[in-house]
Amino acid sequence: MAKRIEVSGLHAYYGGVHAIEDISMTVEPRSVTAFIGPSGCGKSTFLRTLNRMHEVIPGARVEGKVMLDEEDLYGPSVDPVAVRRTVGMVFQRPNPFPTMSIYDNVAAGLKLNGVRGKARLDEIVEESLQGANLWNEVKDRLGKPGAGLSGGQQQRLCIARAIAVRPQVLLMDEPCSALDPISTLAIEDLIGKLKNQFTIVIVTHNMQQAARVSDKTAFFNIAGTGAPGRLIEIDDTSKIFTNPEQKATEDYITGRFG
Amino acid sequence: MTTLTEDTPPAAPAARLNHVSPSRKIKDRAVQGLVYLSFLLALIPLVSVLWTVVGHGIGRLDAQFFQFSMNGVSGKDPGGGAYHAIIGTLEQVAITTVIAVPIAVLTAIYLVEYAGNGRLGKVVSFFVDVMTGIPSIVAGLFVLALWLLTFGFEFSGLAGALALTILMIPTVVRATEEMLKLVPNELREASYALGVPRWRTVTRVVLPTALTGIVTGIMLAVARVMGETAPLLLTIFFTKAINTDPFTGPQGSLPTFIWDQIADPNANAHDRAWTGALVLIAIIMLLNLAARLIARRYRPAAAR
Repeated sequence: MAKRIEVSGLHAYYGGVHAIEDISMTVEPRSVTAFIGPSGCGKSTFLRTLNRMHEVIPGARVEGKVMLDEEDLYGPSVDPVAVRRTVGMVFQRPNPFPTMSIYDNVAAGLKLNGVRGKARLDEIVEESLQGANLWNEVKDRLGKPGAGLSGGQQQRLCIARAIAVRPQVLLMDEPCSALDPISTLAIEDLIGKLKNQFTIVIVTHNMQQAARVSDKTAFFNIAGTGAPGRLIEIDDTSKIFTNPEQKATEDYITGRFG
Repeated sequence: MTTLTEDTPPAAPAARLNHVSPSRKIKDRAVQGLVYLSFLLALIPLVSVLWTVVGHGIGRLDAQFFQFSMNGVSGKDPGGGAYHAIIGTLEQVAITTVIAVPIAVLTAIYLVEYAGNGRLGKVVSFFVDVMTGIPSIVAGLFVLALWLLTFGFEFSGLAGALALTILMIPTVVRATEEMLKLVPNELREASYALGVPRWRTVTRVVLPTALTGIVTGIMLAVARVMGETAPLLLTIFFTKAINTDPFTGPQGSLPTFIWDQIADPNANAHDRAWTGALVLIAIIMLLNLAARLIARRYRPAAAR
């Protein structure tokens, strides 16, 4: 169920703006990789290139290679819609569909892709909500609107919605930044559980969170305003936080800048 | 050793929390007064129109009015009714809506969801603006010149509906566009990220979210075209007899009925004209109400 991501020589642009420059890294299957770095350094942009969400923005484009096991996501015959079914995404702000119930939110990815059959949907919805540690809280009100849940529950609903389509990889863009510490803990526990099934990449501004949940940590930085973001180093999380190779990484994690 | 008071920042002037400066108080009152006054001013024409129309129109609001046409009824005769005109108006506006709404909503979807900053989108958007400014009689003349004179079709409800369509499309396009723009981009991204293709994102996520506003916009446009008179005279003409077939021959309609009756010097005709106006307003209000009820059913669940 989980695939390896191998990125080589990746550049991303917004119109004429060079957003990230020459990034290469490998993300192992069934692991959690955290991206840290100051605001505007291209972490989120890079994350969005991994499921071709970057190009949704008008004028945005990507150069380079992203290999998912043996397949290049940017190959000429690759359908971005199929890529996004394989590489799921959870956003910074919980964004359940406002017109849909809890059940329909989780089933949305399946229903909108033409999966039919109530029994099968029921099964996947329960499984996904269980997987997102939300089932016990919502099982008696599946017909109620998803927007009526608390922020933390909504975010777990969004995770359930993302894993319901059975992706290989799960990308999370600061999934806890809008949540309180208790809800954050719930999501972090969930990440620990999900990594048994998925390859997880998480962008976070919270270095403690990166240290708690991730196996590997990648540090991104920019040389200055307007300069493209670059990958400074990626290594085992324990090494990054205790003995990083680069001076910039050490400065950042010790709070000397950023 | 410093005392605590020396460390605290100096208190701001007028630090008493229960004190509002007189000038602020006066400004607040003045603006409040202006707002109430403007509200009352805006109400005057509305109440006056309703008062006059109901006062004059209620007299002939009887069963006969809804059962008979004006066939063989002359201006000074009592009785007669607007059956032919009500049928005509409902049919013409129904045809208009059926033609205009799909075109307009699809145009708006193209402009908001697909066109981006492309040249075609800009051109379409420009011409929608131009269409918004077309006077209604010009729309009528256009259909008269093209449909009746060039293609040689006769007066019909359909011809009138075509003229009304020209008036309705730009209004619905603009209203739909505004509503689609209000749908947060995050919802589209959430849908794309689930591997949902764009057209399904539009039909299943974006449109339902914007539905209430779109329906309201359509209803406003319907209300607007329902009161049009000039283009109908050029394209449908008018008749005092019942013609239930909107595709052949002149048809009655409420605006032309009112226009015809009010032009007649007799009091009985004037009474019919007022009642016609009252019925027209009532139909528009009922349609509005119905649309609101339908839209409420599909409103975003969170707002329920």
